[in-house]
Amino acid sequence: MKSAVLLFPGINRESDMVQALEKTTGVKPHVVWHTETTLPKVDLVVVPGGFSYGDYLRCGAIAARSPIMADVKAKAAKGLKVLGVCNGFQIITEAGLLPGALVRNAGLRFVCKEVRLRIENNQTFFTNKMAEGAVVSCPIAHGEGNYIADRETLEELEGEGRVVFRYVEGTNPNGAANDIAGICNAAGNVIGMMPHPENMIEALHGKRDCLPLFESLLAA
Amino acid sequence: MSKLGSETAITPELVAAHGLKPDEYQHFLSLLGRTPTITELGICSAMWNEHCSYKSSKKWLKTLPTKGKRVICGPGENAGVIDIDDGQAIIFKMESHNHPSFIEPYQGSATGVGGILRDVFTMGARPIAALNALRFGEPSHPKTKHLVSGVVAGVGGYGNSFGVPTLGGEVNFHARYNGNNLVNAMAVGLADADKIFYSKAEGVGLPVVYLGAKTGRDGIHGATMASAEFDEKAEEKRPTVQVGDPFTEKCLLEACLELMASGAVIAIQDMGAAGLTCSAVEMGAKGDLGIELDLDKVPCRETGMSAYEMMLSESQERMLMVLRPEKEKEAEAIFKKWGLDFAIIGKTTNTLRFVIKHQGEVKADLPIKAMGDEAPEYDRPWVEPRKLARLKPEDVAAPNDLAAALLKITSSPDMCSRRWVYEQYDTLVRSNSAQIPGGDAGVVRITEKKGIAVTSDVTPRYVEADPFEGGKQAVAETWRNLTCVGATPIAITDNLNFGNPERPEIMGQLVFALKGIGEACRALDYPVVSGNVSLYNETMGQGILPTPTIGGVGLLPDLSVMMTSRFKQAGDVIILLGGEGSELGQSIYLREVLGREEGAPPPVDLAKEKLHGDFVRRLIRDRMVSAVHDISDGGLASAVIEMALPAKLGAKIEGMDHAALFGEDQARYILSARPEEAMEILSNAQDKDIPARIIGEVTQAADLKIGSGMTLSMSELRRAHEGWFPAYMNGEL
Repeated sequence: MKSAVLLFPGINRESDMVQALEKTTGVKPHVVWHTETTLPKVDLVVVPGGFSYGDYLRCGAIAARSPIMADVKAKAAKGLKVLGVCNGFQIITEAGLLPGALVRNAGLRFVCKEVRLRIENNQTFFTNKMAEGAVVSCPIAHGEGNYIADRETLEELEGEGRVVFRYVEGTNPNGAANDIAGICNAAGNVIGMMPHPENMIEALHGKRDCLPLFESLLAA
Repeated sequence: MSKLGSETAITPELVAAHGLKPDEYQHFLSLLGRTPTITELGICSAMWNEHCSYKSSKKWLKTLPTKGKRVICGPGENAGVIDIDDGQAIIFKMESHNHPSFIEPYQGSATGVGGILRDVFTMGARPIAALNALRFGEPSHPKTKHLVSGVVAGVGGYGNSFGVPTLGGEVNFHARYNGNNLVNAMAVGLADADKIFYSKAEGVGLPVVYLGAKTGRDGIHGATMASAEFDEKAEEKRPTVQVGDPFTEKCLLEACLELMASGAVIAIQDMGAAGLTCSAVEMGAKGDLGIELDLDKVPCRETGMSAYEMMLSESQERMLMVLRPEKEKEAEAIFKKWGLDFAIIGKTTNTLRFVIKHQGEVKADLPIKAMGDEAPEYDRPWVEPRKLARLKPEDVAAPNDLAAALLKITSSPDMCSRRWVYEQYDTLVRSNSAQIPGGDAGVVRITEKKGIAVTSDVTPRYVEADPFEGGKQAVAETWRNLTCVGATPIAITDNLNFGNPERPEIMGQLVFALKGIGEACRALDYPVVSGNVSLYNETMGQGILPTPTIGGVGLLPDLSVMMTSRFKQAGDVIILLGGEGSELGQSIYLREVLGREEGAPPPVDLAKEKLHGDFVRRLIRDRMVSAVHDISDGGLASAVIEMALPAKLGAKIEGMDHAALFGEDQARYILSARPEEAMEILSNAQDKDIPARIIGEVTQAADLKIGSGMTLSMSELRRAHEGWFPAYMNGEL
């Protein structure tokens, strides 16, 4: 399983993601600088977390218009697997790969803590090692993870089983619509999520709840 | 180039407005042999203020132990450097940003974090952990909530975006900080021990390069402001506060580390307090070189800036370097890649003069050594602090209702959970956090096997009551906290926050606190490798509680034996190690339950600290114990509660009097262990003459039982512990 991790100025969880991918897939991912115009030949592109361009203007807005994103969009349309985590979710949403938007947390503060996630769709490339309805612990660390979309979009996401991760009822940390923590596109090859599974995969992290997510990549 | 001439008349009022005392100005005149220009006056004011020159504290700072077998670089550089084996080094320092954070809490604290991170990566280290020690006025003061909210958001806003995990810190409240809150930020970085970068310039005629963000008019005279007391017009000083840009700093970090790896850097200094002035003078003075700058080359973000403004701007995220000329192009390409400014603005000379040119004129021509390492030094008068009498247990009433007293203490502003604060900090970025805030110390992984532990501590009410014992205690508490996670304490950084040193009683606090810190460091083989002094923390003549914050770093050779303070399983016995509690002077119980702040603080027996701590660390590494926590604020009772709460377990301990439950006697720990191991622990302790005994056990029941008379449900304690901070910040109190 070959992967690439995109790097924009201000991204700061690329080393976390590289570490997680290497530990779980056994292959060190390519790190691709934002000014590149062509992706290397890979099975998966990950857009990691951080504060690309300082989150100035709007989270992910500037990075979404970087040169490399044109190739990401073109190849995603042909089925390349894309995973956006946290700022990465914001970036690929800004790039139009996923519907809706991520806005300021309802509590108006940055929140870093462990949340409980329910796996709502176990048919994706990142969840196929999980049981549907399984609940896992996973950390979050964001100030703008409040997922919003118009009613039709939400109905479409729900109706097509495209909500992949949901905060367990009563634990929604940011006010996201329908407790949505992560979604996928209609074809299922693009997933975006606010929580950080890469920070909960080994003994040092206290729990390994998110290890099966990365193991899913090998089966996909 | 025209000759030096002053465009502005230098009047006594102007001199005074620059914070120079008449005798200091006379000294400056005699060095120059003529009247200074306004730019020269500004430079002198920036270099000779307390913040940059340490003129009141230097004499006493020199008494601290700064050497040790793991010390690679002690005080005097941007940060201290210690050896952690395997060719690796830890670079760390703590620094205050008190005055700016009071005037503009978000930007003041954000730039405090930015400044200390820069100090660490300037030396070639990637920051791997941040801590912050925050002290605010009493919760009921009208400004406090606004300051807490702004400072915490600012600390988080900068560190989270930059991408460093915040792994520890302190938050305290006291009326004596009503007019001066304290924001002490600490950064810890990792580097290869043979690739440390220093500020000392070497070589004549080499390019002096400006890197990073552009220069603006923000922060002019920030360091001078930080060296004066506040009055009722403090708010008018808002324009002296800088504005932080963590995104630029993150890019600057990556660009600097890339540049350092290329071999282009001879010397590097970040532009912190007093900006371009301080960084250029330090590089030249340390290398016994002159520096000539052409300000026409400085990247500015505003037009029409004068030499005076450029030299005193404290715009953030800027660096000054001396580069190898043959690597100039390579260096420039790295900075362009990261979208940062790169400009050659001057050169090193052999004249020992600091020469500033702007628009065809010489604006300053100063002796560089006199501005830098030969700045004035004072031996300010001091008086020995008066010793307070020790309180005997019988001088302090026992609680009428023990359960109510425990709830009161557990829910008090200084003792309740800091979750509201640390959940606003990214504690996980970089994926190496082994212990996040909430325990005794933060722990970060360095390699698959080893880690380092970090903590910051001081008990200001102890220091106020007895600066000498309080200074010792601050050091000892960091040492204990590092020990509690299984680490070997290596070295400290000190951040000395005091009032006006021109008052002999304040100077006396500083002198005796430093004596105490020095004595503890010597006894514990725990040198000081970096530090910062913040004086003049006074408003309208009222000084803060003396607050020498200590940041400690320890080494965990084997992460697999790292310890935590949370109880692990029902049936484990609870051991009190180090003796019975008796000291209620300056205790949390005395203050929170009886409303009294009196008496001498608990004395610190450093030989016992060492004996007991070394014993506990051995137990941890031999896997003999299941949980460890030191006894500090709130005494034994609070320690047991703090161990039970996160475990979702209960505890049953024997009945004891209020001095034993709440006494804050030092060098003590609570341990939990399986019953079969407990016997061996007690017998080993006895062999070493360390008092240790079983006081209770961890229970499945969800309550805390003390003796036969008191049962308190853990859920009630949890509500008390978790409730205060969010309720206070939401305006519900």
